Amino acid sequence: MPATTPFDLQLLNLCAALLLLLSFAMLAQRRVVNLVNLLATQGALLFVATLLLAWRTGERHLYLSAALTLALKVVFLPWLLRRLIRRLQVYWDTEPLLNISGTMLVGLLVVVFAFGLAQPIAALASTATRNAIGIAVAVILLSFVTMITRRKAMSQVVGFLSMENGLFFGAMSATYGMPMIVELGVALDVLVAVLVLGIFFFQIREQFDSLDLHHLESLKESQPLAPTRSLEEKR
Amino acid sequence: MKAIELLTQALELIAALAAAPLFLGWVNQCRAWLQNRRAPSIWLPYRGIRKLFHKDAVIATSASPLFRVAPYIVFGAMVVAAGIIPSMGTRLPFTDAADAIALVGLLATARVFLALAAMDIGTAFGTLGARREMMVGFLAEPALLMVIFVASIISATTALPAITENLATQTLGLYPSLAFTAIAFTLVLLAENARIPIDNPATHLELTMIHEAMVLEYSARHLALMEWASALKLFNYACIGFALFIPWGVSTGETTPLGLLASIPLLAAKLLVAGAGLALIETISAKLRVFRAPEFLAVAFLLAVLGLLVHLLLGA
Repeated sequence: MPATTPFDLQLLNLCAALLLLLSFAMLAQRRVVNLVNLLATQGALLFVATLLLAWRTGERHLYLSAALTLALKVVFLPWLLRRLIRRLQVYWDTEPLLNISGTMLVGLLVVVFAFGLAQPIAALASTATRNAIGIAVAVILLSFVTMITRRKAMSQVVGFLSMENGLFFGAMSATYGMPMIVELGVALDVLVAVLVLGIFFFQIREQFDSLDLHHLESLKESQPLAPTRSLEEKR
Repeated sequence: MKAIELLTQALELIAALAAAPLFLGWVNQCRAWLQNRRAPSIWLPYRGIRKLFHKDAVIATSASPLFRVAPYIVFGAMVVAAGIIPSMGTRLPFTDAADAIALVGLLATARVFLALAAMDIGTAFGTLGARREMMVGFLAEPALLMVIFVASIISATTALPAITENLATQTLGLYPSLAFTAIAFTLVLLAENARIPIDNPATHLELTMIHEAMVLEYSARHLALMEWASALKLFNYACIGFALFIPWGVSTGETTPLGLLASIPLLAAKLLVAGAGLALIETISAKLRVFRAPEFLAVAFLLAVLGLLVHLLLGA
């Protein structure tokens, strides 16, 4: 209860709650530019949370990962994504597969599920922030939902990055962060992934004249597939 | 039951009845200032009500008795609601009769009678307004209940004065859950009181109106009661908001004359700020299409449920 919890822990809890809120905002947002802004805000919150935790626990490596978060997730990746958006001229996602109210309700169910899922993990952890593990799991699953309900490649990449943010937050609240080497590895992975996906976007657009990923669902060009039928015809 | 508690109760009722039109006038005045218009007098709602009471009522020939009774029921429900919301003191004799959930029920009763009366005459506008009102209502009510549940869980009771007392006497802390529910409550307040993102209170005879469409057939004293009731509803909602989210200033514990006296200017100050804030929200936001209203209220519901979940998980 807040009456007994110290102020910095209260601030951490606030950060966690806001992260959850931001995930819902991402779920509802249809403009790709705003989606990227939300991602940057999420990164900023993560930065604040990491700093608070570093100050609280006195763990040195957390300061480093906070700096990494600031550089990569607040500054560099959003900048890169915004540049991609400008060059590819994708400002709007198409209508999501479910309408917004429906997506929100699904999201709520996902959050309840995530909280239930995290309970045994939280019971095992010994950190002061163990309650936030449930929120981290919820952020990860909500990013999944974001990726599932979107069609455009750009929004899916934003969902992917927000999922990484959720993982980072989960590791932070469960064990005060991963070992530095793992963190650096993940950060580099994400960086490279976004760079590669950026090139991918251009290729996809080149091929299909759009970034709508459901074009990728058919495996052959121009003809609707029915392999079993063609076999039968041969007979 | 002590004399001072009865006095608190009486003062609260009188304050609600007297200050509700004034609060409405204040909101309208702020709105006019923010929109660079010359503001109407703050007393205008009173004059309107007085004028209407002096007129002769005209009632459609097809009206049933329900149509005549509805204004009294709606007004009565709002007065009773005003009696159980702790706006000045938490020791109120009336509040044993109804808790926060019953309060939501009271507000729903008023809505149902308003909608029935609107459909009673059988005009197109009345039916249209009633149906829209019910649509907004059935979406706003769960959100309002969720908001109340969060505050109830935090204070482990559903009695509104006990919730206020508990929240006011707790040590200060960051409550993300209460912050979320406060936003949700603001959204519900806007929707329920026919304020701008959902309905435009300044409009009359327009296809998008909700509340005005329902009271279109009323005249004279019936209309006066309806207008007064809607002003009271806004006042009540504001006071519920204060009771849940800004409980400081309400005299808690044993009511003392001094505490009661101090709570009056504090309530006035809260109302002034809330009215200005409401006018600001109404000025900077555009009216939503009716079909977007479910989305707006879904956000309110979502925020309230998130507040509940966050409270259950983090205990904050």
